[in-house]
Amino acid sequence: MAASPTNDAGLRVSLEVEIPSDVAYIERVVELIRHPCAELAYNAHQLALNVPVALSEAISNAILRANNEDPGKRVFVRADVDALRLVVDVQDEGEPFDIDDNIRDATDPDNIEREDGRGLFLMRALMDRVERFDANGAPAGNVVRLILTRA
Amino acid sequence: MSFTIKKEGEIVVVDVEGQLIVGNRQELKQKVLDELERGEKKFLIDFAQTGYIDSSGLGVLVSLSKKIREQGGELRLANLNDDLKTLFELTKLDTLFQISDTRDRALASF
Repeated sequence: MAASPTNDAGLRVSLEVEIPSDVAYIERVVELIRHPCAELAYNAHQLALNVPVALSEAISNAILRANNEDPGKRVFVRADVDALRLVVDVQDEGEPFDIDDNIRDATDPDNIEREDGRGLFLMRALMDRVERFDANGAPAGNVVRLILTRA
Repeated sequence: MSFTIKKEGEIVVVDVEGQLIVGNRQELKQKVLDELERGEKKFLIDFAQTGYIDSSGLGVLVSLSKKIREQGGELRLANLNDDLKTLFELTKLDTLFQISDTRDRALASF
């Protein structure tokens, strides 16, 4: 049973997950982060669409694009969830990239039949904010931060 | 997560159970392409038991749609829940696919 909003007010859940650069782990990480969101009564659409899809995109980008599925590189996911918002940092060990580079309108009729190019579009559409910054310290890499306000 | 394929008359029906995401999209693609290679032309993918779909899953559906059309076939989708409908609307893929509310309506639409 989801807790009432009143009881949620002082509650904050933080977790850290580290995975190899293997897409087989994505679904489990999504579930680990979705669970506290459900406990904190995030609404059904956020639990079924916004959170899992945006997270899946951020983690798969880290594994496939930044880390190039290199078995020697890891992906670090940190999530903070409270009654106000979900903040997730997905850190890779890849080369720096510009998250605003090569943005293509996935809904443009010229692009609609493309197989790729919807990942970042969906992250931005399903989250309130998507940011990228350099990881501090070792290992070097990128951090993509997803922020979603509870509804 | 798994994919079940069965024939309903001359239509190949694929049930997507669980998620359709980067980790399993190739399995769906290969199963449908195998049927296409056997000469099947009519395909229905039923999402009644589907959780969420990521951009890779959407990409595979787009790719299959093209390949099936190139072989003179048809691909239809059915049973998208409200969240999956939102996903298709956001990406405007609802304009690319013929989508039915129920499996029976989709089967009757071929």
